[in-house]
Amino acid sequence: MPRLLRALAGLAGFFLVWEVIVQAGLVRKEFLPPPTVVLVTIFEQFGETQFIRDLIATFLAWGIALLIAVAIAVPAGLLLGSIPGLRTATAVVIEFLRPIPAVALIPLVLLLIGGGPEAKITLAVYASLWPIMFNTIYALGEIDPILQETAKACGTSRFRTLTSVALPHTAPFVFTGVRLSANIALIAVVSTEFLAGAKLGIGNFIMQASTGSTRFDLVLAGTVVVGVLGFLINGGLEMIGRRAFRWSTVDREAVS
Amino acid sequence: MTTLTLTSRVGRRVGRGIGILVRNWLLFFALLGVWELATRLGQSPFFPPPTEILTTSGKLWFSGPAAQLFLTDTVFANVLPSLGRTLGGWLLAGALGVALGVMLGRSKTGMDYVGPLFAFFRSVPPPALIPVFIVLFGLGPGMQTGSIIFGAIWPVLLNTVDGVRSVDQMKIDTAKSFRTPRSHWVRSIVLPAAGPKIFAGLRLSLSISLLLMVISELVGSYNGIGRSLMDAQQAFDFPLMWSWLVLLGLLGFGFNAAFLAVEQRVLRWQPTRNGRL
Repeated sequence: MPRLLRALAGLAGFFLVWEVIVQAGLVRKEFLPPPTVVLVTIFEQFGETQFIRDLIATFLAWGIALLIAVAIAVPAGLLLGSIPGLRTATAVVIEFLRPIPAVALIPLVLLLIGGGPEAKITLAVYASLWPIMFNTIYALGEIDPILQETAKACGTSRFRTLTSVALPHTAPFVFTGVRLSANIALIAVVSTEFLAGAKLGIGNFIMQASTGSTRFDLVLAGTVVVGVLGFLINGGLEMIGRRAFRWSTVDREAVS
Repeated sequence: MTTLTLTSRVGRRVGRGIGILVRNWLLFFALLGVWELATRLGQSPFFPPPTEILTTSGKLWFSGPAAQLFLTDTVFANVLPSLGRTLGGWLLAGALGVALGVMLGRSKTGMDYVGPLFAFFRSVPPPALIPVFIVLFGLGPGMQTGSIIFGAIWPVLLNTVDGVRSVDQMKIDTAKSFRTPRSHWVRSIVLPAAGPKIFAGLRLSLSISLLLMVISELVGSYNGIGRSLMDAQQAFDFPLMWSWLVLLGLLGFGFNAAFLAVEQRVLRWQPTRNGRL
């Protein structure tokens, strides 16, 4: 049996179990609507302009946040990775900042920049900086010394070594970091919308459905759509990475 | 190599270690100093100076009676329950993830059926499911532990599958030719080989657990660190809010450091480990 069929069988099995649990009355239908109801709701929502606008708002915030994160984290990673002194000096500060959960900063960000789209972008940037930065640092440390010695022996300038040896070597690792961060950024955007009450966005849609109208089919519909979006982003980036870095022979293991 | 050069080498290494330590903390304290200065000059109510945060934190957590080891009631009412949920949820997620991961990794077709489904689950933002968990489990530890497990299980599970799959075929064949019993085989060949991957997943899960503890308490809880943080913000008590924020940073830092120490001990036998991040 081919792989795709097995995947579909697994999906069908999951929906079947969910449907049976609800129909058998193990949980209340209003709280956990069966998949048949949720799927119909999703199709209905794709006809509503409000839902589409929410989806676009979330997607835009995600894209902007990821771009900003890349623009900050890659240069920072290159800098920290190539100057060991700088890295040891900043290690404590970074190790202290990194584990602070981005959502814990929501109260602070709300006070400083209000509840607009800037808030969710700021928090998503904060959350998604780290995997990109650490993958960049890690990749610089993993460069084959022979390559660097060869470059040095040939009298290559420092800048040229960076562009022709270090960057091509780090690119696949950095891309893995970006792929990890893409999911983190999406989760951060939706979480902020959900917790801080943005004006637009899927997170806000889910929050309103759960508190105002208590329509749990809408809650699950929004959740499923976000999950599918994350799944597609991850799969898409994985495919791009495989295509773009086919020449690379290194094992691109995520370090995050 | 003579003993003399060895001692001088060790001496140099110790000296360098102290040098690095000083350099690390120098920047940390320099930044703290700048922060203190800037906030004293800026006088912004949102940004209390670090010394004020420190005194608030001291009063908040360590002004209790001697019988409670000087810990205040807040520690028992808010900090310890949060810690319990985080670690409890993480341990449950870890145990479940490793068990399921070993089973799925050893089966040839198992992942074909559930792999895409799990990849989808991992992409679902866990906070979005909190409303569902609230109506299913009610407001309380059940809902919080449930959301922590749901968010934290995937990295462990998927990494375990990966690790189990990467076991050297030679080792598998050797074990087979010695007729190693199955239970013994999992414990002494599969798990050690998958160890580094499992630990990487567990570490990621730990930070996710902390994150979800905060989120689930921001949304629906009667006590806990996240709830106290929210209360402080809504009361416009900024030194208090910063105290809770700093505590979260310290917890993340401490969890990470403790985990790395355990990992380095457990995986010490690994030949390729050189104590990197």
